[in-house]
Amino acid sequence: MDLLHDLSYFWPAAITSIGGLAAMMAAAFKTDMRWVNAVAVFTALSATVVAASDLVAGHSGLLFSGMVAHGGTAAFGTFVVSLGTLFTLVLSRSYLEKIGHHYAEVYALILFATTGMIVLASATDLVALFVGLETMSVCLYVLAGLVRERKTGIEAALKYFLLGAFSTGFLLYGIALLYGATMSTSLDVIAATTDKGGLYWAGVGLLLVGFLFKVSAVPFHMWTPDVYQGAPTTITGYMATAAKTSAFVAFILVLGRGLQGSVEQWAPVLEIVALLTMIVGNLIALVQHDVKRMLAYSSIAHAGYALVGLTAGTLSGYDGVLFYLFAYTLMNIGAFAVLAYYETADGQERSTLEQFAGLGWQQPALGVALSIFLFSLAGMPPFAGFAGKYQVFAAAIEQGYITLALVGVLTSAAAAFYYIRVMVYLYFKSPEQPVSLPAVDRLYGWTILLLAGLTILFGVMPSLIVNLF
Amino acid sequence: MLTTYLFILLATFAVASAVATILSRHAVTSALFLVLNMVSLAGVYLLLKAQYLAVIQILVYAGAIMVLFLFVIMLLNTDKEESVLKQISLKMVVSFLLGTAVLAQLLFAVAGWTDTLPMISAAMTEVGTVEAIGDQLFTRYVLPFELTGILLTAAVIGALLIAQHHNKKGTS
Repeated sequence: MDLLHDLSYFWPAAITSIGGLAAMMAAAFKTDMRWVNAVAVFTALSATVVAASDLVAGHSGLLFSGMVAHGGTAAFGTFVVSLGTLFTLVLSRSYLEKIGHHYAEVYALILFATTGMIVLASATDLVALFVGLETMSVCLYVLAGLVRERKTGIEAALKYFLLGAFSTGFLLYGIALLYGATMSTSLDVIAATTDKGGLYWAGVGLLLVGFLFKVSAVPFHMWTPDVYQGAPTTITGYMATAAKTSAFVAFILVLGRGLQGSVEQWAPVLEIVALLTMIVGNLIALVQHDVKRMLAYSSIAHAGYALVGLTAGTLSGYDGVLFYLFAYTLMNIGAFAVLAYYETADGQERSTLEQFAGLGWQQPALGVALSIFLFSLAGMPPFAGFAGKYQVFAAAIEQGYITLALVGVLTSAAAAFYYIRVMVYLYFKSPEQPVSLPAVDRLYGWTILLLAGLTILFGVMPSLIVNLF
Repeated sequence: MLTTYLFILLATFAVASAVATILSRHAVTSALFLVLNMVSLAGVYLLLKAQYLAVIQILVYAGAIMVLFLFVIMLLNTDKEESVLKQISLKMVVSFLLGTAVLAQLLFAVAGWTDTLPMISAAMTEVGTVEAIGDQLFTRYVLPFELTGILLTAAVIGALLIAQHHNKKGTS
């Protein structure tokens, strides 16, 4: 085994971990936080570029004695996670400055979390998967409770930590039982096992519970709204996109690589969970008045759509999920970024629908961008969200899950109501007192416009990404 | 045969003390049961010829981590500290130990009679040494090992971030 050779295929994780340490070092020598931010952004940018080139190169194989895979699904997961991190880091500076929590540790933690996510999204061994997941989770627990002065911040951190630790217990127990049943933690060996006793099924069940918690599927979704609402807005975007993407990619690897032989057994389980997730997530989102909380419930619903693709249990289903995650990352980070701007622009801490009245006419470019993101989240053509939904539903129909696709389309239609309601407030309601929002930070504004542009681009031409699988 | 008997005894103790940990009402008693649980587990490791793991289990978990646990618990409810220690009577301790030992005895007898005694594989003899663990850790498991380093660094940074009193609008 040649460590350096293996490392050369695993640069994104190495770069982000070194970047995290570098951000801490930069903070020790430079008092200007912009410096630290620049270091972190540069790190994430290089990781994204390397991940993209790995993705295009198209090689694949196993690294570090079968601990992680490179190429294929893993490379795509790495790319999406790095991209999400990059946008989060760029957007976080101005937001964190405004809420007075601009610390170097935040950037270090985000980069360490990214390292964990990359390992999680490419793990082919349950040991690597677990350590990656924990690295990600520990960083996110701290980041969720960054704003300690607010009660919601403490609530978010505590809830996330306690429930997260509990779900990790389930996952770990599942891993232990699977190890007991198959004598190995390697997904390939688990896939080759033929003797499937009670130990094996108990392990698979507990593993599923752990994963469904991490992707916030109903009935394991209770933590999501409170955590997403209490966390700093750009960090919420990070948790909803990069963290969810890496958990889903790991889910795909575990199901597709390790448990593909048992697809007939786990598909019905996922089918029911997907149905519940889509229905419950969308229904509760309908009655939310806090836009951030509404997006939290919408993220539960989106996990349901992605689960539809997983239920199909075919290659096209998994690819559909991957594209869906990519599209979701673009539009959701964008939506949270615009929310973060509205929240901090003039110290009003806006978050409810009523407070959004008439804001669309202020800073028209951002209003349009938010509308694009919301249309895309609602799954309307020609935005990326539509292309993603189309692919997962098509894969489900191919496998005969007509009910699932039907419920998906119907709940999407219901979801359009609460997304469009935000736009109604933005454009057709007049505010109680006249507001005028100050101009947005230039880099911040352009990043949001770039995200909006990409949302349209990959909605019109999804083949740009789909061909890479 | 003796190893199998010891395994059943230790396993019964581990499960019984784990159940007692979550059932006892006082945090201190809970913590003490947890110590018993960890010591029993260390015994199981010894039976599996994993001497290094057993020593580490005692040193780190039953030692350092449990002392921290107890410190925190005692700091949090100082007023009840005496009453808790008074409640732990010799009778209770002996009855727990004796009861669990008898239960283990019964389980062993039943398992022997129904021919369902667990087997301890002979392949376990070489894997427990420090050399074997170090060898595995730095070859096969090198990536999780390094990532654990990142995990611990992140945990330290996170703890500092939570504990530090940042001034409201400052840089750090």
